[in-house]
Formats: sequence, C-alpha cells, structure tokens
Amino acid sequence: MSIPNELAKNFSEVVPALKPMEAIHEANRCLYCYDAPCIKACPTSIDIPSFIKKIATGNLFGSARTIMESNPVGASCARVCPTEELCEGACVLNSASKPIMIGLLQRHATDWAIQNQATLFSKGEANGKRVAIVGAGPAGLSAARELARLGYAVTVFEAKEKAGGLNTYGIVSFRLPQEISLWEVEQVEALGVEIRTHTRIGEDVSPDELLDQYDSILLAVGMGNVPQLNIPGEELEGVLDAIALVEETKTKPLSDEMLGKKVVIIGAGNTAIDAATCSKRLGADNVQILYRRTVQEMSCYQFEYEFAKQDGVEFRWLVAPTRVLEENGRVKGLELVRMELGEPDEKGRKRPVAIPGSHFVIEVDYVVKAIGQNRHLSLLEAFGLQHRNGIVEVEEGTYRTSHVKVYAAGDVIFGGGKTDAMVVDAANHGKRAAHAIHQSLNDQIQPV
Amino acid sequence: MADLSINLAGIQSPNPFWLASAPPTNSGYQVQRAFEAGWGGAVWKTLGEPIINVTSRFAGLNFGGQRVFGFNNIELITDKPLEVNLKEMDETKRRFPKHTLIASLMVEHKREAWHEIVKKVEAIGVDGLELNFGCPHGMAERGMGSAVGQHPDLIRQQVEWVKEVAQTPVIVKLTPNITDIRFTARAASLGGADAISMINTINSLMGVDLDKWLPIPHVDGKGAHGGYCGPAVKPIALNMVAECARDPKVGIPISGIGGISDWRDTVEFLLMGATGVQVCTAAMHHGFRIVEDMIDGLTNYLDQRGIASVMDIVGKAVHTYSDWGYLNLNYKVVARIHEETCINCNKCHIACEDTSHQCIDIVPDAVTGKERLVVREEDCVGCNLCSIVCPVEGAIEMVEIPSDKAPLSWNQRQAALAAGGSCEL
Repeated sequence: MSIPNELAKNFSEVVPALKPMEAIHEANRCLYCYDAPCIKACPTSIDIPSFIKKIATGNLFGSARTIMESNPVGASCARVCPTEELCEGACVLNSASKPIMIGLLQRHATDWAIQNQATLFSKGEANGKRVAIVGAGPAGLSAARELARLGYAVTVFEAKEKAGGLNTYGIVSFRLPQEISLWEVEQVEALGVEIRTHTRIGEDVSPDELLDQYDSILLAVGMGNVPQLNIPGEELEGVLDAIALVEETKTKPLSDEMLGKKVVIIGAGNTAIDAATCSKRLGADNVQILYRRTVQEMSCYQFEYEFAKQDGVEFRWLVAPTRVLEENGRVKGLELVRMELGEPDEKGRKRPVAIPGSHFVIEVDYVVKAIGQNRHLSLLEAFGLQHRNGIVEVEEGTYRTSHVKVYAAGDVIFGGGKTDAMVVDAANHGKRAAHAIHQSLNDQIQPV
Repeated sequence: MADLSINLAGIQSPNPFWLASAPPTNSGYQVQRAFEAGWGGAVWKTLGEPIINVTSRFAGLNFGGQRVFGFNNIELITDKPLEVNLKEMDETKRRFPKHTLIASLMVEHKREAWHEIVKKVEAIGVDGLELNFGCPHGMAERGMGSAVGQHPDLIRQQVEWVKEVAQTPVIVKLTPNITDIRFTARAASLGGADAISMINTINSLMGVDLDKWLPIPHVDGKGAHGGYCGPAVKPIALNMVAECARDPKVGIPISGIGGISDWRDTVEFLLMGATGVQVCTAAMHHGFRIVEDMIDGLTNYLDQRGIASVMDIVGKAVHTYSDWGYLNLNYKVVARIHEETCINCNKCHIACEDTSHQCIDIVPDAVTGKERLVVREEDCVGCNLCSIVCPVEGAIEMVEIPSDKAPLSWNQRQAALAAGGSCEL
C-alpha cells in the first residue's frame, strides 16, 4: 500500500457508529422525560426524547425527520456537537446512571436517512418572494432550508467549490466525513434552493445587485483565514494556516510531506486541536501545541484536549513565538519566549506577559497558525452594515442588521468573548433568521 | 400522506387512536389536553352512580429493569356526579367537534336505568356509546361490569334495552375474565350491538410485599384483585380480538384494547381485525404526547408501503389465524446460526441442551481453535427456542427446509385415514 493510502486510514471516522442492537438498548434506556432538560440544552431545541422514542419503536424515518426538522445540519451536529456540554450534559440520568448517548443516537437516525435516501421534507408553495443568502455554511443552509419550506425562491451564493462551509471544509474528516455535510447540502437543494458556488459577493456579484434583485438578504459568510502572527519569518515555506491545512486534507490527496517531521501549532482552540491531530495523522513525528497562557485558559473543549493527548500531541504552556528561523527559504526552527500570567484583561482573563531574556529556540519543520480567524470586513463595509471589529450588529431576536433588507447569522454575529462558535448555534441562528425574514416579508404582503 | 381516519360501525374518527375509558379520560381538562396532543377520540371514563374510591389503587409490574411492563388498578368508575360529567363532555364536544367522544356507561340491571342514561348522554351529542361489561373489581361485586360480561344472556338483554332507545352506535366492551370470549361477543352481536371492544382488564394480584406480607397494592392491611393491563397483556388481547374477528357469528367491528403502546402494536391489532385501538397504560406511563410517534409511525408505515388509507389494512391478517388442526404438518423449519453475528454467549446451546432437543453443538474450529455453535439440522425440530433466547437480532435464523411432500394438516390426515386412505407425513 502506498504511503498516502496508508495515511488515508488515519482519516476515517474515529468514533464508531452505534451497532443496531446498541442503538435499541440505548434508546430504550431513555426515560422519555417530560419537558426534558436535554431539549432546553440544545440550541436548536430538537425534541430529543421524541426522536429517541422513535428509534425505540422502529420509526427511523420519523426520528430523522424530528432531528432534521429542528436542525437542518443535524447529521453533522450528531458528530461535532460538544454533547457533554449540551444535551448529554443536561441528561437527568447523569445523577442516577450514565447519560444517554444522545449524539450517537442522533447519528444513528440520520445515518439511516442517509443510507436509505429518505426524502424528509418538501418545498412550500411558491409565494413569489426571493431571498439571497450569502454563504452556504451551517447558518446559510439552515436558513435556506426553512425559507424554501415556507415557499421562498432562495439563492445561496458560495465562494467555494462546494457548499457546507465549515462542515464541508473545516472539520477534520476523522470527526466529520465530507459526505455527511454534502448530504445535508443535497437535502437543501432538493427543496429547489439554488446554490451558486464559485461565486464571491463583491467580485462576481455586487452587493447592490443582490439588494436590487432580492426581497431580503441573509449574510451568513462565516470567517476567513487565520490572522498573521506578525513575527519575522512568517512568510517562509512551512508556515501554514490551520484552516487551510484541514481543508487540504478534506479536498486533496493526502500529502506525505509531514512524515517524520516536527510540527508546532500556535494556539489552543478547537482549530488548533484539529490541526494538531491532522498533523499527527499525516505522519508527523512530533506535534506540539504552543500556547501563551495555561491549560485553564485554553478555549478548546475538554474532550478535544483529551483526544489530542491520546493522539500523542504534546502541550507547552506559557510560551509565545517571536521569530521563525530559516534555512534555504524553509522553516528550520522557532524562537519562543517564556510567558507568565499578569493582571486580568477586560474579559477577566489573565494577560500573558513575556518574561524578559527568556528566549529560546526549538527545532521545527512546520509552524501551523491557529490563533483565530479573520472576518470579512470589506463585505460588511460594502453592504454598509454597522459592526464592531467585524462582528455585525443585529437586532435582538430578528437578526436584522442596520440595513433594513439585510439579516445576518452565524459566525458574522458571533463575538462577545466566544473564541469558537458552535455549528449548532449557527444552525439555530440561520433557522431563526429565516423565520424573522418570513415574518417581515409576510407582514408586507398582508392586506392593511 | 396516508389517510388515518377511520369509520368504526358508523363512528367517524380523525385517526385510530382513542384513549380508553380509564383514569386518563376522567375529566374535560384531560380529554381536551389529549385531543390537543393528537388523540383522535376518547371513551369518557364510565358514567354511573357516583363512586367512593380507595387508596392506594394502582400497582406497576417492573420487569428486567423496565418499568410498568404490567399495570393494575382497583379504581372504580367515575367518582363525579353525572351532571358534572355531562357538562364537561358537552364542553369538550363543542371545543372539539371533529374528535370522537364516546360515553362509557354502566348501570344496574334495569331497563329504565339504561334508557335514562342513554337518553341523557345522547342529548349532549356523543358519537357513540360503550357499555362497560368488563370491569372486574368493585362494580362486579354489585352485579355490574364483568359480572354481566360473564353471562351472554345478560349481555344480550342489556344491549337490547340500550338499542331500544339509542340513536348512536353501541359498542359493547367485553371482559377477558371468561373461558371463551366468542360466546359473549356473539351475545352482544345478537343483542344488536354495532361493535365490540376488547379487552377490559384481567383479574390479577400484582405482587406481595416481602416485608409487610401484604398484597400490592393494599388498603389499610388488605388487598383485592385488580384489573391487569399494560404491555404484558397484549398477546391475550390480540388473541381475543383475532378470535372474534374470524368468527362469522360475531360479525361486527372491533375496537382493539390491551397493552397497545406504540404504532407497531396498533398495526398488529388492525391487521388482526380491529378498526382502531384504545390506549390507556402507555398514556398513563408517558403522558398524552406518545400519540405523536403513534401517528407519525403509522403514517410512515403506510406511506412506505404505498397504502392510501389505514382502513385498507383492517383485518388483512385475520384469514391467516386459524386452528391447530389446519396447520401444515409437512412444513419444516430449522435453526441456522450466523457465525458472523453470533456473539458466543451459548444461551442457545444450553436452552436446547437442557430443555429442547439437544441439537446445538459447541465445536472447536480446527483452524482457529475458537469455539463455534453448530446446529445438527437433521435433529432440529424447529421449535424456535434458540432464536427466542438469542440476544442478538438476526444471529439465529429459522430457515425453511423444502419439503417434497404435499401440505397436509391434522384435519386432512384424520379425514384421509377415516376414508381408509393412507397419508404421508
């Protein structure tokens, strides 16, 4: 077997699906609570006891429908949601036994729908209104699905080759295979939604054209690349963007360039974990996550941290990169400075401060940047939207921006200290924004 | 989407799911909540003389970690005055005119008493009547409920009295506390009943308290038999429904009751001849919301088979339910163990070895040394025991062994022998 084929095995789904008998046993263990806390803990309010009951009665079609009704990207969320912080964390059985494996049951039901090519929804009767959605990620797709069911003619504009956004490109294959995300895209397209890929607003289509041609516009553009570290040597070959690294493993034949190499990841969020575990699976010999704060401050989920450690990723706290060292135009090493935690910043997090004279150098072959993501400022400006540092300001509850025809959902409105926004939150925003748009446009056609 | 509406002896209902006459249908508040949740109909808790109840009055049978596998009660019919019930029924019917509202009735063995109550409930616009000849406790000791339901002649007579004045369809609810339910079903039919419903609850003693040495439940140191229901009674109910459905002397529609907990149970009852079902224990266990999966599951079941109306499956399996004497003696199945799914718990082996026909061997594999289970098919009688005790779905399959002999039933065999012929088994 060739090396890339050998590596490909590393990228197959890590968490196994429930076996059929396991799913039935687990479903029958659910207490079917009334007004269940798991429903409240789910941002999209999936009726979890109901979908689990339907697994127990063999109504898998109904189960998948219950899930996808509430969450148009429910198959992806079954795999990527931090369930122990959401539904499973709220399960009443935590205090009596073990929580129900809600995420895996959700995956069981949605996998059934995928394997059986079930048509779960149908489009609504056309109401003559047109809505443009910018961005085909979780928020955009959710909104498109809801609007199509309500009878709107929906066009989604997507800059990339395929729709799905983060789910298609940004989450490592061994957690979320691309075909799951693409199935969700197909479900939306089956409702008559037109998805124009390879189309960038501001380049291929102007914001004014959208404003002219559509009754409403939903901005669901997500985020861009990882920002600059602003240290010398950043331009060298071997300095990578974590998001681009993950995307490559999902879109191109796997490269064996990292085999036996030393890789460092700068940052300790969920993207950093993805980049680190990806590097390990690409054959890197040594992978270290470098973070300028400590384990207490890092923003990745606990299960991600555990997963990375089990993958053999090393963590180094209280260090920050100061210079990338070069040999023949390539990364050779990294100069770091030791940090200590100082006074709390405005968000209450202790500020890391460099310890003077503590510089040292480590030998590395790749430096992967995972220190957050840039926002699509120029697009927001082109629509003339009010925003704070790229976070679009929206009206509470309606997701309407400062422009009366423009709404925003997903990453473009996440902010306020959250370094990582969840797919399920984006789906929820998209769904609610769709209903707000419907409310508004429906009001317009009501007789006075 | 399939049409779920039913017509039971002229009674229309938006779907086949009714709440049975029981604690869940005790008041307008409850029945209206049920209709909002999606139930197609409700049989209002039996009207009659106001009753004084005891505490406690329910007991649950938990089995293997599952709660309320069985359930029983010693509660009596309505404890509210008739006027209060009639007022609430009237309000409910006005708020939900398209839902089915049936009045369950129980009065003493007097023609005038039946006439009077029938006229009163029909005056408020119920869709039908259900005569309660089934309750096994309390009322039976006063000559009502199952005391009537155990006497075909009493059933027939009281149905006739009711039919003298009734304007709406009359359903007779039968007790299973009887040797052969077809006799009481036939009596109801002869009396002019438009339909029968079954089963009411079964005499039961739910348990005995190991510490107090008292029946469960008990009332101040004494217990009494209660009416048994819940998932555990389903096979008994299903048999009784099927027996009546295939009996030409009964010949009237059936409302199925007894341990129906989900849409699959419902399909089974419909296939075996019920036109709609009544549910109680499952609603008491989980609340009215369970009807959502019942409706959804039934709709999906019909849609996936391209069946347009739920009425199209009513009775479709009745003709396959027969007597032992008509079963083909030359049909043979044997057990086959699928090694790829077998988890080697060896439960099939010991069940067969100790209690059946000793035909499942534990054989070491010559190559791997691992033990395998192998059925000696020539010795297997096809009893099913191994596949029943096997915990893994599909690991043991009962496979048909083709026979070169013509089908032959016991009845055919006896007839052939009597005619002096021979027959090949």
